[in-house]
Amino acid sequence: MYTPKAFKFAFLLASTVLLLLPGSQAQTVKFGQAISESQLSDFDLIAGPDGSGFPSGSGTAVTGKAVFELKCAACHATNGEGVSGNTRLVGGDMHSAGNPLRTVGSYWPHASTVFDFIRRAMPANAPKSLSNEEVYQVTAYVLFLNNIIEENTVLNKESLTQIQMPNKDGFVDLSHLH
Amino acid sequence: MSDKLDKVAGNGLINRRHLLKVGLGGLGSALATNALSADTGLKLQIPQWSQQPGPGTSAYGSPSPFTAQIQRMAGTPDPIYPGGGASRSPLQHLQGTITPNSLHFERHHSGVPAIDPAQHKLVINGLVDQPLMFSYEDLLKYPMVSKTYFLECSGNSGTLFGDTAVDGSVQSMHGLVSCAQWTGILLSTLLDETGVKAQAKWIAAVGADGASMGRSVPLDKALDDVMIALYQNGEPIRPEQGYPMRLFVPGWEGNISVKWLTQLKLTSQASQFRDETSKYTDTMADRRSLQFTFPMGAKSLITSPSGQMSLPQKGVYKVTGIAWSGAGSIRKVEVSADGGRSWADAIIESPQSDKALVRFSIPWQWDGSNAVLQSRATDSAGNIQPSRDALLAERGLISFYHYHGVQSWGINSAGEIKNVYA
Repeated sequence: MYTPKAFKFAFLLASTVLLLLPGSQAQTVKFGQAISESQLSDFDLIAGPDGSGFPSGSGTAVTGKAVFELKCAACHATNGEGVSGNTRLVGGDMHSAGNPLRTVGSYWPHASTVFDFIRRAMPANAPKSLSNEEVYQVTAYVLFLNNIIEENTVLNKESLTQIQMPNKDGFVDLSHLH
Repeated sequence: MSDKLDKVAGNGLINRRHLLKVGLGGLGSALATNALSADTGLKLQIPQWSQQPGPGTSAYGSPSPFTAQIQRMAGTPDPIYPGGGASRSPLQHLQGTITPNSLHFERHHSGVPAIDPAQHKLVINGLVDQPLMFSYEDLLKYPMVSKTYFLECSGNSGTLFGDTAVDGSVQSMHGLVSCAQWTGILLSTLLDETGVKAQAKWIAAVGADGASMGRSVPLDKALDDVMIALYQNGEPIRPEQGYPMRLFVPGWEGNISVKWLTQLKLTSQASQFRDETSKYTDTMADRRSLQFTFPMGAKSLITSPSGQMSLPQKGVYKVTGIAWSGAGSIRKVEVSADGGRSWADAIIESPQSDKALVRFSIPWQWDGSNAVLQSRATDSAGNIQPSRDALLAERGLISFYHYHGVQSWGINSAGEIKNVYA
């Protein structure tokens, strides 16, 4: 960890190196400030499919219904049927004729994404305004509306990543090609 | 007249020397008219603006008021998606290969955040030896590279997956591609400083916008040519392009070049963000969906003449357009005036640099009958831009992203130009 004085010295040293040495030698500059993961606990919102990054807290669809009706239903409608194609959260069948309706229930492969996206981006007019508890509750309600969990299933960081989404095997990972 | 023109492919494509000799401009510069406009009794006068001093210098320049029609095209704001949406570059009005910063296409997921660079932080954490935080001022002290790269939204041209050919312009259908010189720090430089643990395979990149838009980048690519871009065409990146900094992932779908970059987290697997699962995935005919389809395919477009323009009269026109590929540089662009039955090599007018736009042109003599203009790119990896039919045969009809099939502009005997499926 740099102290301010040591940092200032490092800066002077690095500046001198930059001035004196051409080419690749200039890459000895180092200005990053050390920070710990605990200092980032409010900043790092990434909740991954392996269960990493989920906060403490829990919720059920029963408690989530009230939050959803107050803060989500204006766009997603009371039962998640939405007010447009893009706001629909329920229904769809990937094997239906024509262009299938792609929703949390029919398309999304990971339950972690539902929590992660709601926590970082929803509600659209006030992102990050929900408490972690409310995010668990609303996530539970959206999964319940899609018949993926029961009304009283308690979602928390352990149970959430155990959920098997209906379309979990519907994706082909091509990242190895690039 | 037409007997003297050296034909290089069917339906009026002619040798480049006809263009070089006459030095034609763009649409409307019909050779016959220009060459024959002789004595009309015209007597040229000194114009009024040459008889007085004009305004002096200005602190920040503006385009001519006579080019005020050159604008990005944005959709209608959606009240249930505040700040969301896209605006498209006016490709039909641009020349060369660099998109002016004010006209670079936009795609936002929660609007443009008003970031004070003095308050902004870039954090690198996760599977690193030492998590680090960087200020904007500190990042400006690092060695930088400058590269000219295209950027294309993978939803660009997606309307051409539709059953019916929409009546659109090159801007409305294809305007989600732009090209700029991006200057910034190679991500590998900063990762040298944090150290990377052996288990790290991906980097989650997160923006500081309202949506905290996130995408996962494979570590191999991140260590190759990915940069933290701080400048765009020589000036600090515009707010709508990610000021004060964005990730820039050359050749890959635009969404992964996360704007307003504030966090890079090294992870052992992809983070499965909403914009790499629910969106930006490609559903095939068998209903499986391809994920992490990053590179943009070899592609070209004729920007003039193009959809919703019209040809005023028979004569020689300069056909011009742009080409690019996420797999490398553009080796060749061919043009057809007979719907793909015959092809001629176009002139490449710009440097053929890696993952950047090139500008092509070819002279064409329109005889006043029906024609279908097409262009087809070949890249340095040998990829050839597919026809629309070939692309749909491979990808099915319920896909939406990564359309890079050949664009056909149909021209009728009245000179009207429309998007057609040919």
